[in-house]
Amino acid sequence: MSAGTESRRAGADTVLRLTDVVKTFPGVRALDGVQLAVRAGEVHCLLGQNGAGKSTLIKVLAGVHHADGGEISWLGDPFAPATPQAAMRAGIATIYQELDLVDDLSVAENAFLGHERSRFGFTRRRAIATSTREILARLGHPEIPPHRLVKALPAAGKQIVSMARALSHDARLIVMDEPSAVLAHDEVENLFRIIRDLTANGIAVIYISHRLAEIREIGDRVTVLKDGRTTAADLPARTTPTRELVGSMTGRSIEYLFPARPAEPAAGAPVADPVLVVQGLTRHGEFVDASLAVAPGEIVGIAGLVGSGRSELLETIFGARRPDAGTVTMDGHRITGVGSAVRRGMGMAPEERKSQALLLDEPVYKNMTLASFAGFAHGGFTAARDERAAALRTADLLELRPRDVDRPARTLSGGNQQKVVVGRWLLGGTRLLLLDEPTRGVDVGARAELYQVIRGLAEDGVAVLLVSSEVPEVLGLADRVLVMREGRLVHEAPADELDEDTVLDLVMAGSLLEGEPA
Amino acid sequence: MTAEAVRARQRRWNLDDNAVRNLGLVGVLVVLVVIGVVTRPELYADPTWVRNNVLTILQQASAIGVVTVGMTFVIVGGGIDLSVGAIIALAGVWSTTLATQSYGALGMIFTALVVGLAVGVVNGVLISYGRLVPFIATLAMLVSARGLAAQISGKQTQVSTNDTINNLATTRPLGIPLLVWLLAVVVAAGWVLLNRTTFGRRTVAVGGNPEAARLAGINVKRHTLMLYALMGLCCGLAAIMLTSQATSAQAAMANLYELDAIAAAIIGGTLLSGGRGTIVGALFGVLVFSTITNLFAINNLSTEVQNMVKGGIIVAAVLIQQFRYRSLTQLLKR
Repeated sequence: MSAGTESRRAGADTVLRLTDVVKTFPGVRALDGVQLAVRAGEVHCLLGQNGAGKSTLIKVLAGVHHADGGEISWLGDPFAPATPQAAMRAGIATIYQELDLVDDLSVAENAFLGHERSRFGFTRRRAIATSTREILARLGHPEIPPHRLVKALPAAGKQIVSMARALSHDARLIVMDEPSAVLAHDEVENLFRIIRDLTANGIAVIYISHRLAEIREIGDRVTVLKDGRTTAADLPARTTPTRELVGSMTGRSIEYLFPARPAEPAAGAPVADPVLVVQGLTRHGEFVDASLAVAPGEIVGIAGLVGSGRSELLETIFGARRPDAGTVTMDGHRITGVGSAVRRGMGMAPEERKSQALLLDEPVYKNMTLASFAGFAHGGFTAARDERAAALRTADLLELRPRDVDRPARTLSGGNQQKVVVGRWLLGGTRLLLLDEPTRGVDVGARAELYQVIRGLAEDGVAVLLVSSEVPEVLGLADRVLVMREGRLVHEAPADELDEDTVLDLVMAGSLLEGEPA
Repeated sequence: MTAEAVRARQRRWNLDDNAVRNLGLVGVLVVLVVIGVVTRPELYADPTWVRNNVLTILQQASAIGVVTVGMTFVIVGGGIDLSVGAIIALAGVWSTTLATQSYGALGMIFTALVVGLAVGVVNGVLISYGRLVPFIATLAMLVSARGLAAQISGKQTQVSTNDTINNLATTRPLGIPLLVWLLAVVVAAGWVLLNRTTFGRRTVAVGGNPEAARLAGINVKRHTLMLYALMGLCCGLAAIMLTSQATSAQAAMANLYELDAIAAAIIGGTLLSGGRGTIVGALFGVLVFSTITNLFAINNLSTEVQNMVKGGIIVAAVLIQQFRYRSLTQLLKR
């Protein structure tokens, strides 16, 4: 069963080596020269901001994606797994961040999913149950019954099953993508015990976490990714100063071109009344007691990691989620749902462009007028010509390329699709724009244009509330910055009084504290 | 010819995919007619017979055509309605009870339309506000509406004694049956509704990406409800058309209409997952099916063989559609 039955390998043996690995998706270079060397029996930590390429990297290792360039060598041989099964057969098991378990199968069936033991096509239920029981015992959880349905387990239990699946293969390398994110504190201790047990048997572990304290405790070496590149490799996990780690994560390789902020209004100038006021907004388990205000012409940025509740907050302000407590008002009018939000002049460019905002097969102009076509219509009849003309004007304003509004939205690049979504709200006479990760999947040149567009809107008096996990973007674009961490707005300051390291400290501090032994 | 050349040609002739598919369906119709000519040359030698046969095909397509227009809206809007045959039966039976017939032709028409609309609204409420899966909600309605129809009619065939209703199927303004005129009006109205109105635009948005539609401020639930109501209304109209053709109604009428309507919409190019569909294509789909039926009738062949051929055509049409779609997406990736 265990890979450790082989001769114990010397700690210095490099089992996995990545050289200049490149992976591009349409419009994005997700990996742009990754170097990584993992030794047998070590815990190698991967550190990087959201979007740095960690998830893409592990998917390349797991055979989900295929590298476009560079070399991967595994146990000394070139390695390019065609499928996840091939990667597992080669001895690389992956525990994903979103648990890939089948809720309606039992613990044992999940552990052996994809490589069920069978005889003449019949699964060997008893043999599988026995093996699963052994693995669970090894994981320190003999109390989980192999026949229990996975959906009946708590989150931590599911994590254990996910690990059991990794161990059910004869893995030589186990990749763990934020395994501690859903675990309680004592469960994390158990996880570390399991990891130590694995490494003592010569199994290598790639450990991804945002929690620096965990990396200090369990890690041997650290490799840092930034914008798809390795910015620091093989740093000692325990002794490298935090400042250096954070610096490698944020050290900018992309020049962000931000438009200049308008000059400070003269002292004593009347401050405009806020167009949006949010008070004590709460959704249990997502965010708590969020209060903020945005004035016309102001860009307010919310910085926070994925999972900090920022996207949920934005969608609740827009009325797309029902708050458990608190109020949202536009010009003093309560917002009770998306309908009233849109009527009051709110618009939102959601995080998932393709699944939440676009009709991919429909032409650009119909996408642009999706929120306003009823206003163009006469007596219920749509006015395609007027819509097309208006869409074309907006396209020119946003410098949409190609300048063709009859083309299906699917054929546009990420940046231009985003322009279509933003353009949708410009057509509706929107006075408050909510932007969730507006530059995700947008290449550098198009980013600068989008920044220009957003700033231009603000100068025309539109209020903008922006959410981004890219700290430089929030700092460069916004007038005022709110820092969100674990469902709470923990800090508020004018953008020019903050720097990137400070914000990152604030964004991650809670994680650090949580990860520390009590 | 390479795919790029095909696209270039399409651009030159200003053809989009829908036009290409519709031309393909016209081609299928031509093939079917040719088969008819080859198998029964003596019939096709008589111009009067040919004219009457075409009108027969159109008349037979009228009721199912009206249902298919409604079905196209429901499917484009991301739903499905399995209960259309049952709604027709209920509306037909309800409008031909002795009590209803005592109110005259207008009373009967009114009853059929209101019953159809009401059942459609129930479907819509269950699906949009009750959050039932359309498949399940309308499957339940399929069973219960036919059950109610059998209950009302006492499983008897209800003969219509109203001459106005019965004459609907036989009047021929300008030499063309009234029911065919009715189909033409419904198809034209459906085309305008889908392509030129805010209602149609919402339908495409709701079916194509419900989340995007919701976040753009469209009331997705209310719109879904209206789609099923429209479907019910179409069924009520179809019930009148079928009743006048048979001069009677019964609980077993319009059997398997749901399958015919869905199949016609699909081979007409409506995407079963929603967001895309054409009324003209749906009409051609209906015509292909009724022409096949006619072809079998003039050759005195059994309906069993006919059903097998229909099934084959549905599979072939969807396979071609998928193939075309795949080659198109591959083209875009390049």
